[in-house]
Amino acid sequence: MSEKDKKDPNRRDFIITATATVGAVGAGAAVWPLIDQMNPDASVKALASTEVDVSNIQPGKSITVLWRGKPVFIKRRTKEEIEKARSVDLKELKHPEKDEERAKNPEWLVMLGICTHLGCVPLGDKGDYNGWFCPCHGSHYDTSGRIRKGPAPTNLEVPKYEFVNSNTIKIG
Amino acid sequence: MSEHQYEPKSKIGKWFNDRLPMLTLADHLRSYPTPKNLNYWWTFGGILTFCLITQIITGIILAMHYIAHADLAFESVEHIMRDVNYGWLIRYVHANGASMFFLAVYIHIFRALYYGSYKAPREVIWIIGMIIYFLMMMTAFMGYVLPWGQMSFWGATVITNLFSAIPFFGESITNWLWGGFAVDNPTLTRFFSLHYLLPFLIFGLVILHIWALHIPGNNNPIGIDIKKPSNDTVPFHPYIVIKDLFALLIFLLIFAFFVFYSPNILGHADNYIEANPLVTPAHIVPEWYLLPFYAILRSVPDKLFGVIAMFLAIFVLIILPWLDTSKVRSAIFRPLYKQFYWFLVADVLILGYMGAMPAEGTYLMIARVATVYYFAHFLIILPLLGRKEKTMTIPLSITEPILGGMPNQSMTKNDQKFKD
Repeated sequence: MSEKDKKDPNRRDFIITATATVGAVGAGAAVWPLIDQMNPDASVKALASTEVDVSNIQPGKSITVLWRGKPVFIKRRTKEEIEKARSVDLKELKHPEKDEERAKNPEWLVMLGICTHLGCVPLGDKGDYNGWFCPCHGSHYDTSGRIRKGPAPTNLEVPKYEFVNSNTIKIG
Repeated sequence: MSEHQYEPKSKIGKWFNDRLPMLTLADHLRSYPTPKNLNYWWTFGGILTFCLITQIITGIILAMHYIAHADLAFESVEHIMRDVNYGWLIRYVHANGASMFFLAVYIHIFRALYYGSYKAPREVIWIIGMIIYFLMMMTAFMGYVLPWGQMSFWGATVITNLFSAIPFFGESITNWLWGGFAVDNPTLTRFFSLHYLLPFLIFGLVILHIWALHIPGNNNPIGIDIKKPSNDTVPFHPYIVIKDLFALLIFLLIFAFFVFYSPNILGHADNYIEANPLVTPAHIVPEWYLLPFYAILRSVPDKLFGVIAMFLAIFVLIILPWLDTSKVRSAIFRPLYKQFYWFLVADVLILGYMGAMPAEGTYLMIARVATVYYFAHFLIILPLLGRKEKTMTIPLSITEPILGGMPNQSMTKNDQKFKD
């Protein structure tokens, strides 16, 4: 038998490679559930959307609601704030986005209240651009939630949302 | 190694030792030859072992009373503080114990830097030590999250968000770490599980660390290779054991001062407010032992590169044995390195201070200069210094500088007697 092996090493090599491959796939398949169990579970994903009544918000005021465990800012902007946000030259921006794209209805600005640097909640009506200011590492956002100064790489994220009727916003 | 010839005296001891040579191991640990000039900076290994065991014992007890749930964790910690018998003591020992653990580990690391203990043939000891240090930081961070106060919650948010800097996979990785779309209950329960696990990994690595140490033996203040056993060594027991115990006693005085007289001075008042995902505290600061790295993170104006710089700051320590090109170990014989060593100590202290200050204006400028100097020390100064520096003459043995190279018969004789 050993003589036959020597004459025909390819056959043995094939068996070893095939066994190792099947073993690796099997090990991978066994490990995957152990890794995937840490991903967001069904109960977390089920809380996918939130409806918010915005009829009580006065111009210039904002509310913060919780959506999927994250704070969401809903701001009813004043005319000046809209004007200020729309008049900015896009070349000045670190992450160029038009205010028209961020706020479909110019009066309402809906965005995640999570600093894109390391996840703190920025404070409203603060900072060099009278928008939001993150106290953790000093990022300044403008009245459209766009990053203007500081370490954050991108603008405050606008989640998927829609007006169910004129008084209610559905986030998610 | 002569201790391998050890034979137990009793018959039952011999019977057992033939099957599991634990008595041989015990004899090795007793007679292990140590350089006789070890100073008090060498007592921190023992102190650190004590710290680890203290954390494990108090931690197991706390886990009997703590509840890892976002709605109950904060209350259960207050329950430990107010209702559980001696709960306040056990929690304060555990919380301050973490700080004492880091105090000791920083002294231990800076001792290795001063006396060149990381150089050949001790590179593996050093690398294992650095892995332990890294695991210690992870364990401490996750432990700090468990009380579910404001600092716990927002510290967890900021640190886990570091991974969101990774291009393309950042968001999936953070969601995977959180088990959701933000830090929440699933995050807390997994942190508790890992906080319980990691100390035992550290314990295993400590055994490897000591095993690796016992192969070449201890470095010593003059950093030369010594013959073992010889006139330059003393057995570990009782000489080093007594010295370590005395140092531990002094260390315990400081430890007790914090536990009994200012148990909260190293913490943050904000952590006595329950976690609130809608409000970030005005001033987020990590625990003091992480501040230098935090300062490095903040001094880089770009998110991804800031995170990279922070991890590189630890990585340069791991590859240090190959960055320091000097063959001479101890700073005593390296007049230039000695100065740069103290510059580095000052630099790390400055970084620590800047990490606690707001990242703006002058503070930010100083932090940036200190960050650049930190990397320059390891990546430029150390490699060059090994080639350029004129080192002093190294003694041939520990006794040589005292006896002038001439074997003084009466001294050696006395020494022999002393050892018996």
